[in-house]
Amino acid sequence: MNNGTTASEQKLSEEARQRIYALRKNYPEGRSASAVIPALHIVQAEIGFISTEAATEVAGLLDMLVSEVEQVVTFYRMFFTKPVGKYVIKVCDSISCYLRGSDELLEMGKEKLSLKLGETTPDGRITLMKIECLAACSAAPCAQVNDEYVYNLNPELFVAMLEELQTAEENPYYLP
Amino acid sequence: MSKGLMLYPEPKSATPEGKPPFPYILLKHREIPDIYKLEVYRANSGYAALAKTLKEYKPEQVIDLVKVSGLRGRGGAGFSTGIKWSFIPKDESIVKYVACNSDESEPGTCSNHEIIDGNPHQLIEGILIACYAIGSKIGFIYIRGEFARGARVLERAVEEARAAGLIGKNILGSDFSCEIVVHRGAGAYICGEETALLESLEGKRGFPKLKPPFPANVGGGVYGAPTVINNSLTLATVPHIMLNGAEWFTQWGTEKSKGIALYSLSGHVERPGNYELPMNTTFRTLINELGGGVWKGRKLKCIIPGGSSMPILPATDEVLDTTMDFEGVAARGSMLGSAGIIVFDDQTCIVGAVLRLVEFYKDESCGKCTPCREGTQWLVQILHRLEHGHGRPEDLDLLLNVGGNIQGKSFCLLGDSAPVPITSAMHLFRAEFEYHIKEGRCMVGSGANRPPKREVAVAQ
Repeated sequence: MNNGTTASEQKLSEEARQRIYALRKNYPEGRSASAVIPALHIVQAEIGFISTEAATEVAGLLDMLVSEVEQVVTFYRMFFTKPVGKYVIKVCDSISCYLRGSDELLEMGKEKLSLKLGETTPDGRITLMKIECLAACSAAPCAQVNDEYVYNLNPELFVAMLEELQTAEENPYYLP
Repeated sequence: MSKGLMLYPEPKSATPEGKPPFPYILLKHREIPDIYKLEVYRANSGYAALAKTLKEYKPEQVIDLVKVSGLRGRGGAGFSTGIKWSFIPKDESIVKYVACNSDESEPGTCSNHEIIDGNPHQLIEGILIACYAIGSKIGFIYIRGEFARGARVLERAVEEARAAGLIGKNILGSDFSCEIVVHRGAGAYICGEETALLESLEGKRGFPKLKPPFPANVGGGVYGAPTVINNSLTLATVPHIMLNGAEWFTQWGTEKSKGIALYSLSGHVERPGNYELPMNTTFRTLINELGGGVWKGRKLKCIIPGGSSMPILPATDEVLDTTMDFEGVAARGSMLGSAGIIVFDDQTCIVGAVLRLVEFYKDESCGKCTPCREGTQWLVQILHRLEHGHGRPEDLDLLLNVGGNIQGKSFCLLGDSAPVPITSAMHLFRAEFEYHIKEGRCMVGSGANRPPKREVAVAQ
């Protein structure tokens, strides 16, 4: 989802609402708040970030206060409270990836995309971030594109990845 | 997709001839690529351990057998799994839970990741046996949010198992009924700490809780119910022990660290990967023989033996000849922890590496307690100053002082871990820190050639 998100797009679809409500059955009676993180993943997959409207809807579906949902949204790293690029590249920068050149990938990404970490390209396609350990240390350096892993990167492969994401309609790194 | 991009981590952990160094047990998926499918898993003795357990063992006998096997927690603490299970109240009227800790986030550790993606039924079977042993009707798998694919793989496996009567009511025709719930986190290292995991599972921020009550006590677990929390590797090992017996497991390892373990090898080594090895294997065997030695023909500078929270060890013969078991590593002044071995070559600037290690704790501090929240930020600021040539002579004592005011004064082990890279690196390589202050650049590596006092923004 790009920066051109409209107010109507920030609301949940009926299908998403039903999927969120169905999450309640995974947890004991009266414990529907447990479903909040899985529910927010559904929200973010649909809207691209967690809008205030969607957080309010989640609270209603799970019998929670809006503030209870918001404190979860703001605590966990994966949830965005503002629109981000269609593809969010998260380069792991923890020790095992650092030792095998992750800094170089980040510098290259900033240069090729002309942005700082955390920023999104003007066309709304790519956001570049660094992330702490992705638990793929023996396949370092690694990165994620949205929630999908790419392993054993090097500068050439990283550039190829950036080029591919300029035009890809769907996340090319999704494995079912 | 662009040529060369890898969507599977390439398992390099075989000998140069391509044979595994040790017969695969937990890593069977490397030999049987389709073992994630139920029919293939069952064709390879899958769920035979569950069937045997339900038929031949009472719950307390399962706990006794796991105790005798000597299995110890693979998440880091190394506590006896059977003893942990025995803490759960036996009263049948009390609701109990099992929570599988699949929130693998410790830098240097990536073995949970592989077994979840590669062999989900093995983990599910282990959780079902644990649920049977303690009398739980629900097993939660708390999987870190970033493992989106792992969660998909597990959810499909749960559905397959449910359709086959392996999850749900009266499993395999027995009186045992159990559900498995795959629960995704959303990116927080702290949620691997057991009490923070429980908070997160209840739909709250992942803040650690005061103990006691411990998770196994009434009032201490998820929803206040007694809860067993085990790492994925621990639970995935259980079916093999139930099927083959406790003695089978004790044939490997050392006196107090029994069996096999998965070691994640990463950093400056020729063949990084997850290695499944008996627990009496030495660092030398893992790094030099199996891992192909330090990359680029360089020399070894130091290692971290058990994930980033553990003290750095020097590259001495004494260290290399240490067995990778809980006691062996402890005798060298570090800990086996989560068995993530990180290798540093002699061209690594230790100050830069320590900065990166401590940045992790700064980024991941949950913010609940002040010493950790503020202290880790302060440590990073000082290290950043040092690394970029703006260090002051008093900074080394200041680092130790700030670290000492985090350790033992913070709410959980994250705060205790944060200064560990600094204290152990300064003990081994103090001269490098001093060089940074005096010369304004690195003593070794590419940073040794740069001009001193780089113009940099203050650490964010």
